[in-house]
Amino acid sequence: MRNFMGSVNVRQILLPIGQMAVFITGAGVVCSAVMLALAIIFRGSGADQVLQATQGVGILTYTLNSLPQVLIDGVTIGFVYAAIALGYTMVYGILQFINFAHSEIFAIGAFCGVESLIALNGLGVLAKASAMGAFMYLGLALIIGMVAAGGMAVLVERVAYRPLRSSPTLIALISAIGVSFALQDIIRLVESMTSGQFYRVIPTFGNFDEHITLFRIGSRVIDIQVKSVVVILAAVVMLVALNYLVGSTKVGKAIRAVSQDKNTAALMGINVNAMISLTFLVGGSLGGAAGVLYALKFTRIDPFVGFMPGIKAFAAAVLGGIGNLTGALLGGMVLGMIESFAGAYLGTYTMGTFGAEYKDMVAFLILIIVIVFRPNGLLGEQISQKA
Amino acid sequence: MRKPISIFAPTIATLVLLLAAGCDKENKTIKIATQSPLSGAMSVIGSDIKSGTQLAIDQLAEPLTKMGYKVELAPFDDQGNPDTGVANAKNIVSDPAVLGVVGHYNSGVQIPSSEEYHAANLCNVSPANTNPKVTERGYAEINRVCGRDDVQGAVGAQFAKSKGIKTAYVLHDKTAYGQGIAEYFKKEAEAQGMKVVGFAGTEEKANFDAILSPIIAAKPECIYFGGMFDQAAVLYKQARQKGFKGMCLSDDGFDSPDAAKIAGDALMQGAGTYFSTVSGPASVYPDAAKFVADFKAKFGNNPQPFAAQSYDCTAILLKAIENATTANGGKLPARADVGKAVRALQNFKGVTGTYTFNGKGDPTTGKYFVIQVTSPDPASWATNKIDQTLSIAPPK
Repeated sequence: MRNFMGSVNVRQILLPIGQMAVFITGAGVVCSAVMLALAIIFRGSGADQVLQATQGVGILTYTLNSLPQVLIDGVTIGFVYAAIALGYTMVYGILQFINFAHSEIFAIGAFCGVESLIALNGLGVLAKASAMGAFMYLGLALIIGMVAAGGMAVLVERVAYRPLRSSPTLIALISAIGVSFALQDIIRLVESMTSGQFYRVIPTFGNFDEHITLFRIGSRVIDIQVKSVVVILAAVVMLVALNYLVGSTKVGKAIRAVSQDKNTAALMGINVNAMISLTFLVGGSLGGAAGVLYALKFTRIDPFVGFMPGIKAFAAAVLGGIGNLTGALLGGMVLGMIESFAGAYLGTYTMGTFGAEYKDMVAFLILIIVIVFRPNGLLGEQISQKA
Repeated sequence: MRKPISIFAPTIATLVLLLAAGCDKENKTIKIATQSPLSGAMSVIGSDIKSGTQLAIDQLAEPLTKMGYKVELAPFDDQGNPDTGVANAKNIVSDPAVLGVVGHYNSGVQIPSSEEYHAANLCNVSPANTNPKVTERGYAEINRVCGRDDVQGAVGAQFAKSKGIKTAYVLHDKTAYGQGIAEYFKKEAEAQGMKVVGFAGTEEKANFDAILSPIIAAKPECIYFGGMFDQAAVLYKQARQKGFKGMCLSDDGFDSPDAAKIAGDALMQGAGTYFSTVSGPASVYPDAAKFVADFKAKFGNNPQPFAAQSYDCTAILLKAIENATTANGGKLPARADVGKAVRALQNFKGVTGTYTFNGKGDPTTGKYFVIQVTSPDPASWATNKIDQTLSIAPPK
């Protein structure tokens, strides 16, 4: 710790950014290639003829036209999934059990962040905020969401998991499911007693709804919303910080030691309980921040908002290899991308037989196929050795 | 400190009622049950279905009280969920004091629940269920005071045509109600010569990115959504953010101030937002002014859509029970007789219209409205502009 600032490990910062770039490009290129191949196969098919008749473009042109937007949507949601998936994967890494309450930790983060913004809006400060000020307030909401979610995660661990640590993991799993339902209804109860509302809608402020033009293809403008950029940047910063914490600090080393062997780590003088609490704090705050970002992007939240993103992020963690931080990032990116592609093209390619509503089915089918061939996930290690 | 009490109060009240019902050996109590979503996303509307019924019982039970009966409300929370609705329906039919049901809000809940009412000959008058199947099964005890989706969907399509819309993308929520009305819209739109460039269902509630990509690519002049506001409002907001400039058109499921709360300014942009409905704002009914004033005095808020209809449903049930009791010599009538008495009513004058039911349980003329959203402020929802008003008889 003595020369902590002097020896900031640049490699530990650049490496995850490089990994992200590779994963995004990789997932994007693979999905686009598959899609274009499908488009070429589908030329002259019924779907092609329907498109020609209704929109006057062939299926290949249609696919190419929507491609940039689909990729941007996929990356944005991929980062949200990745940030949530880290919470699942960190807890699994250290305790070998699935913290199903993590989706509600995400929801608590979303609610606290949005409630603080609504309160600020009520004071009238949001409407007057400059562009810079808007980012400051969003940052404040993010911090509030992170503190609340991180604190709740630590509390849940202390109350519901620590007493069960010596029991089989199945018992803790049931406890986690119980906590998940309890937290959902606590959010609902608190909201109905304070605001009396079921939905909360994030206030409109700053320039988050505006579009930035990325590039032009002929007359077509490919743009991205400011809030999508915010979501991506915030997620990148958090992922890099987490990677640094776990990979290059003394605390991170202690966490890794505990996840490898709790008893030996304790013998070496590591406070195991503190490290586990810290893991929940970090994973929970990431989930909370993801919740605020999710609310910013999709505007409306309700007490059950955590369920679907939670289950998908869990799937992403398994897809990438649960217990593996880089794997969670890759899994989130792949799942977000597949979901975005399936949602955008499924309806057109099947002439409306299977619409966008089947996107989750496609995403999870692919997940099953990957798991069948790689039971430990894309980047999974032999977890059985740890248990 | 008022709030915590208000949670326990209903529980205690229910216990007291149960005890009271248990002690009442002479069976002098008549109960009108309501089924509507009292918790969760649609509770704003659902609570006022209950409140409208409560108000009607308070004001109109006098003839029955004079015969020595006590009329009570038995509210049930169906949570907008078919399973809960059916479970409640089983409880309702097993209580012999219940002689009528007002509800539900969602057709998808009413249809399975009403099978229970039908099996027990219990009369149900619905304020809001527009799916054709509600009455098409021909059950003698199931009625409604509102219009039907096969007509409502067609009204929506004809309206779009009258605004010069040539292409439409149709979405629905995969419920009996939403998918039903979307299909009727599509059918009529095609019959009117419009192009339906896409038809899809979705249960998504937050992230419409993937669903919107093909919609934006298809460049429709209108997005029609068959379903509830909690999805439609989010969809429209995200569509506007993705640059959709055309018309947003929906159905009576959109008729909730929460739609404005969720989507705000997005509803005013582009070619605007319209919805068809079977229930105009209470202000369009000449006889509803007193109802609105009484409602506000009792419950402190303006009545939400379908509150006035619930008031009328209750009024119809009370009148029918009264008639059947008189015919039975002052003794409580059998449940089946209440159903017959409802169908026997001729030109019953309620606050939202004059009702006579046909052989299936539909009112002989249904009123349909197309309403334009004119303000992003939820408090101004009741003042939205009525673009069209139509009176159409149900299909034979």
